[in-house]
Amino acid sequence: DALSTIILFLQNYPLYIRSIPTENELKFHYMVHTSLDVVDEKISAMGKALVDQRELYLGLLYPTEDYKVYGYVTNSKVKFVMVVDSSNTALRDNEIRSMFRKLHNSYTDVMCNPFYNPGDRIQSRAFDGMVTSMMIQVC
Amino acid sequence: MEAAAGGLCGSGPPLLLSEGEQQCYSELFARCAGASGGGPGPGPPEAARAAPGAATAAAGPVADLFRASQLPAETLHQITELCGAKRVGYFGPTQFYVALKLIAAAQSGLPVRIESIKCELPLPRFMMSKTDAEIRFGNTAELHGTKVQIPYLITEKNTFKRIDDEDKQQETQSPSMSPLASPPSSPPHYQRVPLSHGYSKLRSSTEQMHSAPYEARQPLVQPEGPSTGGPGAKPPRHQASLIRSFSVERELQDNSTSYPDEPWRITEEQREYYVNQFRSLQPDPSSFISGSVAKNFFTKSKLSIPELSYIWELSDADCDGALTLPEFCAAFHLIVARKNGYPLPEGLPPTLQPEYLQAAFPKPKWECALFDSYSESIPANQQPRDLNRMEKLSIKDMADFPVPTQDVTGDDKQALKSATDEALPKDMSEDSATPKDSNSLKARPRSRSYSSTSIEEAMKRGEDPPTPPPRPQKTHSRASSLDLNKVFQPSVPASKSGLLPPPPALPPRPCPSQSEQASEAEVHPQLNRAPSQAAESSPTKKEIPYSQPPSKPIRRKFRPENQATENQEPSTTVGGPASVATVKPHPAVQKQSSKQKKAIQTAIRKNKEANAVLARLNSELQQQLKVLGVELSTPFQSSPDIP
Repeated sequence: DALSTIILFLQNYPLYIRSIPTENELKFHYMVHTSLDVVDEKISAMGKALVDQRELYLGLLYPTEDYKVYGYVTNSKVKFVMVVDSSNTALRDNEIRSMFRKLHNSYTDVMCNPFYNPGDRIQSRAFDGMVTSMMIQVC
Repeated sequence: MEAAAGGLCGSGPPLLLSEGEQQCYSELFARCAGASGGGPGPGPPEAARAAPGAATAAAGPVADLFRASQLPAETLHQITELCGAKRVGYFGPTQFYVALKLIAAAQSGLPVRIESIKCELPLPRFMMSKTDAEIRFGNTAELHGTKVQIPYLITEKNTFKRIDDEDKQQETQSPSMSPLASPPSSPPHYQRVPLSHGYSKLRSSTEQMHSAPYEARQPLVQPEGPSTGGPGAKPPRHQASLIRSFSVERELQDNSTSYPDEPWRITEEQREYYVNQFRSLQPDPSSFISGSVAKNFFTKSKLSIPELSYIWELSDADCDGALTLPEFCAAFHLIVARKNGYPLPEGLPPTLQPEYLQAAFPKPKWECALFDSYSESIPANQQPRDLNRMEKLSIKDMADFPVPTQDVTGDDKQALKSATDEALPKDMSEDSATPKDSNSLKARPRSRSYSSTSIEEAMKRGEDPPTPPPRPQKTHSRASSLDLNKVFQPSVPASKSGLLPPPPALPPRPCPSQSEQASEAEVHPQLNRAPSQAAESSPTKKEIPYSQPPSKPIRRKFRPENQATENQEPSTTVGGPASVATVKPHPAVQKQSSKQKKAIQTAIRKNKEANAVLARLNSELQQQLKVLGVELSTPFQSSPDIP
C-alpha cells in the first residue's frame, strides 16, 4: 500500500519523524537525509527566502519502487520533507502544497506553546493528530 | 415505613425494603430533605431547588446523591422516570425509595426496571454523598485524620474510580450507611483539602501565595505511601480549623467535583482564585498573559515540562501563545487537577472551554478600581473601537459577557461592558494604544511569539499619538470630517443659513501624512467625549499614508459638505492636494440638497472609518512582521551542516 514519511528538520536535525507504514523506516530516513542536501542547494540558489518549495525527486527512483520526495522550507529555515509513494498518483501538486501548509500551521501552533523550546523534538499531541490524519488521507 | 412506602406509592409498585435498606433509605431521605433547608448546596447548575416540603427531598441534594452513585446520566434519568418523581414533580418518600432501590439494582448490573427492585438487592453505593452529614456532624477533621490513611495512600495515583472501589470495599463491610458516611467521603474530601487549603492560603494573602499554594499542595499530594497516617493525618488536622471555616467551600467543591466529569468543572471558589492569580500576573483582566509570563508562573507548579506543554496545548484554544482569562482559568484548573492526581484529558473538557467559562462566569466580581485601568474596556477610539469590536467579537471569546450597559456610542458589544457599569473609562489615551495593539496582535495568531511584549512596545512606539487637539463635538453632520481645532462651530448650521464667514484660503482637508498625527491625537481624546459624534470627524483624519489614495476621492466628496463650513475646516494639518479641488465644487455644492449630502456623508464616513481601520491594521501587521522576521531569522541563521 502507499507509503509516506514526513520529517521536519531544523538545521538538519530532525524535529519530528513520522512514517506510515513503519517498516523500512530507515530506508526512508536515509532518502530524506540525502534530499536535505538538495533542499539546501535550492535555498541558497534562490537567494532571498522563498517559502514554498517543492521538489520532485525522481532521481531516486529505484527500479522496483518509486518515491517522490517533496520539500518545503519556512522563513525560519525549518525544513519539511515528505516522501510519498509514486504509485499514489492521486496526489497532485496542490495537494502536496496544502499538506505542507497544514504542517506549517500546526508547526506554528506548536511554536506558540511557551513550553516548547525551538530545537526540541515535537511532542505536541495536536500536531501528532494532525499529521496522522493527513497521512491517513494520503495512504 | 414499609407500610407507608407501600401505601404512598399509589401508582408505583409495592416496595419491600429490608431492615438495612429501610434504615439507609430513610437516613438518606432525611438528609436530602434536610439539606434543602440547610446547606448552601450550589451543586451543578441543573440542580433545581424544589420547594422544600416536609415530605419531599429537594431535587438538588437528590440529584447530587444520584450522581454520586456513579451511574451514567442516562441511567439516572431512567431511574428518575421510573420512580415516579418526574410524574409527580417531586421526590416524595416513595419515589425516593424506589429510586434508591433502582440505583442499587443498576449498580448490581441489573437493568433499570421495576421488576428488578422486587428482589433482594445490596444497598446502593454512593460516592461522596455525605457532605451535609459531615458538616452537621462537625467531626470532619478528626475523621479525616483517622480514616484518611488508607485513602491517602491511593489518593495521588489513583483515579477517582479506584478510590470508589476502596470505599466500596469498606462499605460492604458494614451494613448501614451512616458510619460509611465519613470514609467514603473522606478520600475525596481529602483530595479537596489541598485545594481548599490552597484557597485558604490564598485568602490570607493573594499576591505572595503564588508559589505557596503550589508548595503547600506539594507535600499534601505526594504519594508518601509508606509513611503511616502520620504526615497524612497531620495536615488534615492542622487544617481542621481551615477546613471547618471552609467547609462550605469544600462542599461547593465536592458537589461539583464528585462526578466523573466534574473534576473539570470550575467552582466559584476556584474561579475567584484563578482570577486573582490572573490579576497578579496581568492587571487587566480583559487582556491576556503572554506565553513567557504564563510559563514562569505555571512552572512553579512543579509539573513536568511535557505535562505543562500539554496543558498549554489544551487550554490555549486559539493557539496564539497567550492566555486570556478563561484560557488561563482552564489551564490553571488542569494544573490543579493534575496535581491532585487526575489524568489529563484527551481534549479540553466542555466545562473548560473558553465559551463555556465566559458564559458561566461573567465578571461581576472585579472591583471598580480595575475598570479605570481597563485599557480595552471601551475602545472609545472610534476606529479602534470598530477594530477592537470586530477583533474581539471574532477572536476573543472573552467578549461574550452579558452586557447590560450602554456606552456613549452604544456600539460596544464587548465583554468589558460590564466594566462600564462600574466606572466609565476616563483616561484611555495611553491605554488605548496598548489594547488596540494587543487586540490586533490577538487577531493574528500566527504573528505572535514569545516576544509579544516587544511587539507591543514597538507598535506603541510607532503609533505614539501626539497631543490630542480638542475634539470636535459632532452635533452637525458637516462639521465632522475635517476640523481639529474649529470644532465647536459646527453646531451652527451656517451652511444652511448661508451666513458663512469668509472662507480662508487654506484647503479644508488635511493631507494624509499630516492627518496621521492628527488622527492619532484625535483618537484618544475621543474617549472622553460623545464618541459617536467625534468619530465622524476622526475617520477622515485617520488616514495614514497607506490609505492615501482612497482617501482622496472621498475627500473630494466631502468637500461639498465642507464648503459651507470651510471656515471651520482649516485644521492644523491642512494639506495641499485638497486646496485646488475645493474651489471648484464650491458653487456646485450649494445646489445639492442637504439631505443628500448627509446621506453621502454618512456613507463616506463609514467607508473612511473602515478604510482607516484596515490601513492601520495593515501598518501594524507590517511592523509586526518586520520584528518577527528579525527574530525568527536570527536564531536559525547558520550555515547548514553537512551530515
